[in-house]
Amino acid sequence: MKENLKSFFKKDGVKSVLASLISILVGLIVGAIAVFLVGIFKDTIGVKGAWEGVRIIFAGILSTGRDAIGSLTWGYNAVNLGDMLFRATPLIMAGLSVSVAFKTGLFNIGAPGQYLMGTMTSLAIALSIPSDKVPTWIIWIIAFLAAMVAGALWGAIPGFVKAVFNINEVIACIMTNWIAANLVTWFFDGSVFCNQVEAGKTGYIYKTSYNGVATVKLGLDKVFKGSQVNGGIIIAIVIAVLVYVMMNKTTLGYQLKACGANRHAAKYAGIKDKRNIILSMGIAGALASAGGALYFLAGNTEFFWSTYQSLPATGFNGIPVALLALNNPIGVIFSGIFMAMLSTVGMQLTNLTAYNEYITDVIIGVIVYLSAFALFIRTWISTRKKEAPVKPIEDKEKATQEEENKEGGNE
Amino acid sequence: MSFLIQQTLLFMVPLMIVALAGVFAERSGVINLALEGIMIFGAFTGVLFVRTVQEIGIFENAYLNGNWGALQLFEILAMLVAGIMGSVFSLLLAFAAVSLKADQTIGGTALNMLAPALVLFLVRIMVNQNTLMMFKGDSAGWFMLKKTTFGFDKDADLGFFGNTFLNKVYLATYICLLIYVILSIILYFTKFGLRLRSCGENPQASASLGINVYKMRYSGVIISGFLAGMGGFVYALTSSNCSANGDVAGFGFLALAVMIFGNWKPLNIAGGALLFGLFKCIAACYSTLDINGDGIFWLKEVGISSNVYRLLPYVITLLVLTFTSKKSRAPKAEGIPYDKGTR
Repeated sequence: MKENLKSFFKKDGVKSVLASLISILVGLIVGAIAVFLVGIFKDTIGVKGAWEGVRIIFAGILSTGRDAIGSLTWGYNAVNLGDMLFRATPLIMAGLSVSVAFKTGLFNIGAPGQYLMGTMTSLAIALSIPSDKVPTWIIWIIAFLAAMVAGALWGAIPGFVKAVFNINEVIACIMTNWIAANLVTWFFDGSVFCNQVEAGKTGYIYKTSYNGVATVKLGLDKVFKGSQVNGGIIIAIVIAVLVYVMMNKTTLGYQLKACGANRHAAKYAGIKDKRNIILSMGIAGALASAGGALYFLAGNTEFFWSTYQSLPATGFNGIPVALLALNNPIGVIFSGIFMAMLSTVGMQLTNLTAYNEYITDVIIGVIVYLSAFALFIRTWISTRKKEAPVKPIEDKEKATQEEENKEGGNE
Repeated sequence: MSFLIQQTLLFMVPLMIVALAGVFAERSGVINLALEGIMIFGAFTGVLFVRTVQEIGIFENAYLNGNWGALQLFEILAMLVAGIMGSVFSLLLAFAAVSLKADQTIGGTALNMLAPALVLFLVRIMVNQNTLMMFKGDSAGWFMLKKTTFGFDKDADLGFFGNTFLNKVYLATYICLLIYVILSIILYFTKFGLRLRSCGENPQASASLGINVYKMRYSGVIISGFLAGMGGFVYALTSSNCSANGDVAGFGFLALAVMIFGNWKPLNIAGGALLFGLFKCIAACYSTLDINGDGIFWLKEVGISSNVYRLLPYVITLLVLTFTSKKSRAPKAEGIPYDKGTR
């Protein structure tokens, strides 16, 4: 039994998952500590409020509000869980986008821009094709596919300048992000898509349900009554599996990964490195913009069009999603749902306590920070699970372990 | 014309000083993608310092008596605080990148996510809204240098030079320019600067000559954090009325682009910052821009959408990078964690 356990911990996959879990745990603990400290020093919150905040951070997804005497209640919350799955949809797509680029050795920080391009294309098409002449499901599919094409083209730009002009893709992505944000604002500014029917909604684009277009529910709305969940999450999961197959079972995936592992070696082996870099960014762009399309084609979401001063957080959150999943497309499904859970927890914090949703962004930041030295954590795990020490070495090992513990404490 | 120069300076100086921050980190071998985050954090701590001191009332009398010397001292103190806290924040990057040999790009991204989240979380709890303002008054009233500050009459004409550089300006702008020059000289003409640059080119060779690469990289990142934090506060002071809302409008990233555009060299960076400052300025105030002072706002009359002007800085950055990339020469060892074993 013990032997089995040891070989279990020795596996690379297990180590990676453990490293991610440790990152998550430390992130949550840091968030809880911050909440607790702030609560103690702020007299309007106090120890009781701080304790409530800490509990919501760890289990907010199961919180059902407050009862008559004002204490927190817990249980199955269909709205929360459904909304979590709904929010997870674009996060999974953004995470897939970042992870595909990562596998090719590219850091796709351009997901927000690609997400915006997908949003713009899908909304414009979904709202402009007359639904009395064309069946709405065909409009939906056209809008979705067009969004992916637009995203692919937009994502290919940083890939192109990287491959041909050797410009750092991070800078190129950041520039295309802001260009996209401005383009989207320019496109929607004063256009027919702006909501002029409902009062107080002038800053928003019409919901796609205005034209009768909405993602199919696939019965999920019956499981999670009252929530926004729809078939988008299923589509995202299917796409994740497809990406997994593409990366691991096809020649294309092999070529992309080869370029990521060593661009020069891949070139030497006859792989067209430039073509693959552009292709990888194009695929990444298509995935991220599909996320935007899935979110805004849902029928009940509204897009704030004057976005030239801010980029969508969903795109950036693709980075932690991909990092937590160690760029494994199947893992992205789970880490995407986890991130969505965090954001639901943030809403709970805002609604139920004196805290606000930004603490969950702090937690995400800490998790990304920790995943930067995932390798360090992984080696730390494997040194801890060393073979059973022989007596005389024990003291020495203890000493090194203590040293490592100290290092761990410094984090 | 003086309006154009003043506005351009307002945008140019934070860009320049933050780009120099990037130079110090990257020349020592650490990619500092966290400039944006450090700026946000610096802006927050600087504004918080101003707010707290105002609340205690230390400079209250100086303000009432119009003692502008004391108020400028207050401004410099706030800049110092923002810089020091920026350094402290950048230690997180240094620790991950240098001590733990972590991926620097991801580490920087983490700080970029952490800073606005932390700032907004705290600001929301402190003042129950998303923007932390000064406790009383505004930045123009407290810190801006005006004609009256120097004892001139409000309508006095100080000539072109006086009107442009002494009226309605901030001392912070000139301090930043001064620091920029001094640090550029340090980077190029001192032993420390030479050693720092060598660590970004070939750390193994530097180590073989007895230079402590870890120490040099730490100092590079710490100086970088100081400059970025200070730059963040200067941006908040001069462009957003001394308030912090967890956002510096992408200036940190733009500064990174300016740094690459300037080929990691201070003089070129100053030129690049001037160019982007000008475009940013046009984007921000094209409709009230009166270039030759004849009362005709021709940029407005041309009738191009404001969105185009806002797009320009980014499009031009991308284009310029495309055309200059052949000559671009990044520090050779940047982004590669220093490992003693790989000599």
